[in-house]
Amino acid sequence: MKLYLKYDINIIFRKTLENQLDKIGIAYKINGLGEVEFTQPLNPQEVKELTVLLSTYGIKIINDHKTEIVQRIKDTVTEMVNNTTIEKSFKTSVYLSEKLEYSYTYLSSIFSENTYSSIESFVILKRIDRAKSLIIKDRLTLTEVAYTLGYSSVAHLSAQFKKTTGLTPTVFQRIIKQREANK
Amino acid sequence: MNLDALKIVLVDDDEDDRTFFKDAIEEVDIKTNLLLFGNGQEFMDYITLPGQSLPHLVFLDLNMPIKNGIQCLTEIREIPTIKDLLIAIYSTSSSDQDIEDTFIKGANIYINKPNDFKKLKKIIKDVLKLNWQYHTSNLDRESFMLSI
Repeated sequence: MKLYLKYDINIIFRKTLENQLDKIGIAYKINGLGEVEFTQPLNPQEVKELTVLLSTYGIKIINDHKTEIVQRIKDTVTEMVNNTTIEKSFKTSVYLSEKLEYSYTYLSSIFSENTYSSIESFVILKRIDRAKSLIIKDRLTLTEVAYTLGYSSVAHLSAQFKKTTGLTPTVFQRIIKQREANK
Repeated sequence: MNLDALKIVLVDDDEDDRTFFKDAIEEVDIKTNLLLFGNGQEFMDYITLPGQSLPHLVFLDLNMPIKNGIQCLTEIREIPTIKDLLIAIYSTSSSDQDIEDTFIKGANIYINKPNDFKKLKKIIKDVLKLNWQYHTSNLDRESFMLSI
């Protein structure tokens, strides 16, 4: 017998984070993904303890300003791509600069300097990653995927999918089905 | 700056191809540490040593004596400690059927071996950049596929 599971990585992350933060015993607030605000400053011993606790789950504390900006850009892009309404009503550049309160030019130069990639190509990569997940986990048709991600047509989605992965969505679907059948 | 060197493995039985690849990767402006193996068995013996640190990406030549790329790939996907390795299959075949079969067996990247040094450099660069994103961003590795 096989069970197919659907899960939300954000809920898992939030729960894991809360469980560890509770152990430190200082009141905190989670400001969206990847940012925690404490009501009083942590002493170095507490920071060290938290670093160790979080490292078990592959979570790292970022201090460096540029790395932090890059991380926040990635989180905001993720949030945007996962939310159809935002994706359809904002331009990436406008949304990012409003959310992070830096000019888009500044954000883009920091991002390119630190990731071998541009914000634009990261957005496409993320969007195609979501498309794959909608195909695999939510079992959506290509028409539904195109609509959810705000593509004007299936042809446009297919073209971007092919450009990013080298495969058409149809071939991708076939590979995933075969992989599941072979398990 | 937080750009750590990528640990890369190439398994290829042809010495010229290994040299060609080594020269190309050295010219790409991404920091890498390259480890070379002459056949699949040699690599499998190395990677399954207890406590072995895992590379960020493994390039496997498809046609090799003793143990070929597909045999390695199939074994890797069945060994719990190394089953999540990102694997690029490096092959002279460009047939759609071969490409699809390789992905079904669990490859992440399929590279059609170029003859031209410039093309190889471009391919390595694109592959490494994308690979780097998969190691530093929250992207699904299981559905990571690239045919180039």
